Formats: sequence, structure tokens, C-alpha cells
Amino acid sequence: MFGSMVAEAWSALIANRLRSSLTMLGMIIGVAAVILMLAIGSGVQAYIENSISSLGSNLLIVNSGAARSRGGFSQGGGTAPTLTLDDADAIAKLPGVIAAAPQSGFGSQIVAGPANWLTQVATSTPSWFQVQDWFPDEGRPFTEMENRQAARVAVLGRKVADELFGANDPLGQQIRVRGITFTVIGILPSKGQGIGGANRDDTVVLPLTASQRLVQGGGTFRRSIRTISLSVETPEDLESTEEAITQLLRRRHRLDASEVNDFTITNITAVGDTFKETTAAISLLLGAIGGISLVVGGIGIMNIMLVSVTERTREIGIRMAIGASRAAIRLQFLLEALMLSLVGCLAGVAIGAGVAILAGKFLPFETVISPASIIVSFAISAAIGIFFGWYPANQAAKLSPIEALRS
Amino acid sequence: MAAVLDLRDVVKDYASEAGAFRALHGVSFVVEQGEFLAIMGPSGSGKSTLMNIIGCLDTASEGSFRFDGTDISDFDETALARLRNDAIGFIFQQFNLLPRLSALGNVALPLVYAGLARSEREARAREGLALVGLADKEASRPSQLSGGQQQRVAIARALANNPRLVLADEPTGALDTKTGAEVLALFRTLNAERGVTAVIVTHDPGVAAATNRVVRIQDGLITYDGPPTPEALAGGAGHEYADVSA
Repeated sequence: MFGSMVAEAWSALIANRLRSSLTMLGMIIGVAAVILMLAIGSGVQAYIENSISSLGSNLLIVNSGAARSRGGFSQGGGTAPTLTLDDADAIAKLPGVIAAAPQSGFGSQIVAGPANWLTQVATSTPSWFQVQDWFPDEGRPFTEMENRQAARVAVLGRKVADELFGANDPLGQQIRVRGITFTVIGILPSKGQGIGGANRDDTVVLPLTASQRLVQGGGTFRRSIRTISLSVETPEDLESTEEAITQLLRRRHRLDASEVNDFTITNITAVGDTFKETTAAISLLLGAIGGISLVVGGIGIMNIMLVSVTERTREIGIRMAIGASRAAIRLQFLLEALMLSLVGCLAGVAIGAGVAILAGKFLPFETVISPASIIVSFAISAAIGIFFGWYPANQAAKLSPIEALRS
Repeated sequence: MAAVLDLRDVVKDYASEAGAFRALHGVSFVVEQGEFLAIMGPSGSGKSTLMNIIGCLDTASEGSFRFDGTDISDFDETALARLRNDAIGFIFQQFNLLPRLSALGNVALPLVYAGLARSEREARAREGLALVGLADKEASRPSQLSGGQQQRVAIARALANNPRLVLADEPTGALDTKTGAEVLALFRTLNAERGVTAVIVTHDPGVAAATNRVVRIQDGLITYDGPPTPEALAGGAGHEYADVSA
């Protein structure tokens, strides 16, 4: 009997395709919206995770200058750099710190033969490679000795190497930065896009001493620097190390209790976490709006089922006369409502997943369609079908056969 | 063998806006297996009420009604439904086939509610259609069949579960004379050759004449119970009003 009822529910659905489609529209839109929002939200989350980890996780960045604005982001906007190389050495000695790299940066044209390319130059100590967890895969990083001697050596990012040298091997070649010649000793492996869309491969790394003496002018070797980046051993160390650095620098800079820090510490991972939480909250909100559409869809199903029961009152009477129990009548109409909601869900999943896949091609990140969201959608749709189908099904079951036959 | 129908002093009251209305004032008769009879009366006579009680669609207010020897007065709706499915076959004036099902599907419908497997249902439904001479129409929808053919499908449906009783409400009412006669002939054949117990409820003396026994009802009381003689059938559709000229 059940199989035959399912078949009858299906034939009732396709008997009036237009009506069924319009009824299912609420469910379809709701499910599609929920699936799409969750896919995009998951995609953003994954993108942020990857960006953070490609930056070198467990990273803290100390910038000179007091914090200018509030919020989860510290912005150093200060004037003279207040951090020194000695600060960097002291920080490197803190427990839990793997390495600390003092660094500065500037934009510059790089010239190699006939080719030139505008890029961001990073200048630092050899610790930089360790802190960034980014070592050359061709050639080698510069050494501590080379840094002390202000040797004129350079490590190129993949993009710069390709732009300046094309298919030729850049190792051992010469480049000129603001008139000073450097020898290429290493190429960094590709890391692709970072947060904010900047191309991380579009960079050149020079030893701090060489660049300060020779390139950034004056010939005077200044011991003050703008930024110290450092990596810690485990994510749990981030907070305690941040605290330790604050104490250390306040002591070294001789700040008394009433003065604010003349530096800022940025915890990229914490920033990323905030992003992720915000994204999760927004996805949830949009998903909830999709959920409202589902409820509206359910009401639409209930409405149409009530109409259906009224239209088919005589048919119900006939079935009862032939021997259908009230339970059988109720089940039949419940199945029709359930079929509307489940077929609507199926269409919604197909559309939501389809749009999500399409969106993934146009967005800077992949969208992630989770099987869990699909299963949950079906479960919720089934529940809606049963819940909103119950009242009309019951109305049908409660009819008196004699009255129904008279209609 | 118990009588198919055994009514004793059956009374039926309805509540209405005008107060309680008594449709049946104490009806008694017995129908044995294999009988073929007509319940005849004008509209308002209570024949529809009587039919609903016999068909187990409704229960009596007072008196005793035994279907196949069982007192059904305290049956709940589920039990009544099961009884109807198992033991009664209905035939209606308006045929009442389900428009979305084929002839085969319509005939098989009682068997769906009886819980039979699909192959069994279809086999039995085919037999039923063959019995009424419509084997070649099994895939047709009711809209593709003539009135007479639809009624014959309905008869096949009524017989699908080998019921104890076939109950027909004005089966020829929507048919022309010739087709109606064919349907009545089918009833006679089924009764004579297969022993189907059939009760036809009608106001038409022509229909009652085709049966073996007439039970006349007027104003909720049986006024005649016997063979369909011309006298018994006389003045069939009208009411027997007392002389109003006096």
C-alpha cells in the first residue's frame, strides 16, 4: 500500500506541474540560499586559513609608533622609528620565540640589463627567512656573515625573477637597486596571493645592513628600524609572548606607567580569527534568512494542500467508501506535502550547489559545498513538509464519507 | 450461514437546526446471501439514510443492525473502513471513478487498501475488467470511456475484493435507456451466475422491476416487502399523499 501511495503522491504532483512548481518555489529559494551562503562562508573561512598559514603562522609583527586607532587592528602611524636592532636581538632571546627579524621596506625599480620592474623591497636579517618560513628553493638565503659585511646580495621572489630574467637562470646575475648593484643568490618558491590580493612573489629581499648603508641614503648606519617580525613556537605562545614583548620594550624604551606604548604588536592569527568569526556570523545570518524562506515555503505548501483537500473532497469520500481508513487518507496527503518539500529541496540543492560552483570561478577563493549542509537541508525540508502538511492531511482524514460523497 | 443484512427496528435520528429529525422510524428486514433486491422510495423517504446504514457508512441511532451476523454498532471508523473494504462494493449514480487513474487502476483501488501486492492487484483487476467485458480498456482513463463503460468499470471495482454485498445507488440514473438496460442485465447475470448479493437503491420502478424483490420505503417506514408485482411498483416515483381535496 505504501509504495502505491508514494506513486499516487508523485502523480498528483506532476498532474499540475505549474501549480507544484510555484508551490515549491519558496522551498527551492530557501534551500538554494542556505546552501550557497554556507558554501561561500566556508570558502571565505578556508581562504583566510590558507592566507594566514602561508604568511607563516604563529607570527607576531611589532611596528614602531603608537597605536592610532581602536578596534582589533593596531595601526602604527608614527614618525621616527622607535624600534632598534638591539630590541630585535632582545626579543629573539625571549622564551618561546623561534626567531625575530628586524625589517624595513621600500618600493623601488629594479633594473637587470634591459629589463626593469617596480616592486616592494624588503630588507632584513637572515632570520627573516625563518620567521616567514620561506626559504629559497633555488640558490640560498644570505648569511649572518654577509649581513654583517653588508654584502651586496639579493634574494628574488618568483614574479620579479620571471619579469627581469624570463627563462634565463637569475642566479649569479646582477640587479641594480637605486643605482647599487646586487648579485642574485636565491629565488623564493611561489606563494601566490596574500591577504588583500597582493602578490607575495612580487618582492626582493636584501640584507638589512647593505640596504641601509648603500641604498636608503646617507651612508649612515642607523640602528633604528620600523618593524620587527617574529615567530613563536606554538599558537598558544602568541598571547604570552605578546605580553612579554610589551613588558620588554616598555622597559627598554624606559616608558613609565603613564605613557602609552611607542610600538604596536599585531597578531595576524588573532586578526584572522576575528575575520573568521565575523564571516561565520554573517553566513549564519544569511542562512537564517534563507531559513525564513523555507518557512514561507512550508506555509505555501500548507495552503496548496488545503486547496487540494477541498478540491478532492468527493475523491476522499470515494476512497473512504471503498475502504480507506482515516489514517490512510491522512498518510496520502502527508506524502503529497512531503513530496513537494523534498522535490523542492532537491531542486534547491541543485541550484544552490550549481551557483556556488559557478561563483567559485569568479571569486578569489573556492567555495566549499559541505555534504553536511545538504543532508541537513533534506532533513529540515522533510520536517517542514510533515509539519505544514499535517493540518491539511488531518482535515482530509476527518471528513465524513457521507458528506464528502455529497459534494 | 448468517444473513448478509439483518435489520430490526432500526431508527435513525439527525440533529439539525430545526431540532432532532427522525429519518427512519423503525425499519426491519433481512437480506440473505444471493438475493437481488431493490429498495424503492421517493426522495425524502429515508432510502439514502437506509443505504448509508446498510453500507456501513453510518450507524443506527436505535435498533439492531447485523452485517453478516456481526453487530457493528460499536465499530469505530477504522473498523468500519476495513469492513467496507472487505465486504461491501459500492456503485454510484455518478460512477465516481478517480479521473487520474486508468480503468485498471480504478478497479484495483480497493485492493490497494486491502494491502495486496502489486502483481496480485493487477491480476485480479484484469479478471474483473474481463468479467464486465472491458478487458481491452484497461489503460483508458475514465474521461476516455462512455457512461456505460465507466459504470461497468465501477461494477468491476465493486467486485474486486469479492464482497458479501454489492450496494448500488441509482446505478442507471446517469445512463440512457439502452445502456441502463445493459447495466441492469449485467447485475442480473452476476447475481444469477456468480451468486453476487446485490441491493439497488432507486426511485425508478423500471429498475425495481428488474430485481427479484422490492422493499418500498416511505417517510422512514417500510410499506412493502415482496416480489416486484405491477401493483407493488405502481405510483413508484411519487409520494402517496393523503387526499388533499378534503
